Amino acid sequence: MSLFMKCEEANTICDKTQYKEATLWEKIKLNIHLIWCSFCRKYTRSNAKLTKVMRDSDLKTMPISDKEALKERLQKEMQK
Amino acid sequence: MTRRKAMSSEKLFPNTWVDRYSDYLYNYTIVRVNDHEVTQDLISETFLAGLKSKDNFKGEASERTWLISILKRKIIDHYRKINSRKGKAEVRMSYNSDEAEGDWLEERVSDPFDKTAEDRLENEELGLAILNCLDKLNDKQATIFKLKTIDNFDTEAICNEFNITASNLWVIIHRARKSMAECLEENWLN
Repeated sequence: MSLFMKCEEANTICDKTQYKEATLWEKIKLNIHLIWCSFCRKYTRSNAKLTKVMRDSDLKTMPISDKEALKERLQKEMQK
Repeated sequence: MTRRKAMSSEKLFPNTWVDRYSDYLYNYTIVRVNDHEVTQDLISETFLAGLKSKDNFKGEASERTWLISILKRKIIDHYRKINSRKGKAEVRMSYNSDEAEGDWLEERVSDPFDKTAEDRLENEELGLAILNCLDKLNDKQATIFKLKTIDNFDTEAICNEFNITASNLWVIIHRARKSMAECLEENWLN
């Protein structure tokens, strides 16, 4: 468990943080990494903004069961 | 968009409609009719109508734009039906759409207290911008990103569903998030 890691790992932790799935230790490592890595700082900033924008958009998806039913219906209609 | 453009020249692909456009049409409709069942029916009718009149598709617009134009008529019909039932219509079309801008008197009168309508419109614009960007991802990335970010599925559930490892999932999520951030950056992330 080293305190130093590559940007790739830092970015993965940053992604996990967006879904609240990073462990405390990972977050500590990420924050140490961010002190000296401006590249990952930039990614972290835009990643957090993306999370906020996704939340603000109040976007919905059509439920999967409805999609399946719709597909079936279209399929049937196409065979006619 | 390039993928869509290449495919939309004169030909329609109805068996891909649900996967490609249902979320877009769903968000477009739900903000206007505010009811899941009605939304579902309208989209279903739209696809069926599209199938029936697919010979009319000239390839001038993209497949999605074409479907939206059918959907718009379905939504208006729906309002008419409610209207004749109630004797009063509550039309909530987006006046901000490209063809109808500022044609309505009400639209030109600003109402400083009507904050919610404005918020809703901004949300919708943002929502559609996000869906446009999702369109540029490959199908697997888009599906997994949506499941994780919009539907809040567990990492484990998605891994089981797609038969991938957690680290596979995070690679996919990372690529998706990077493209999404790039796509939205100019207009929405500043």
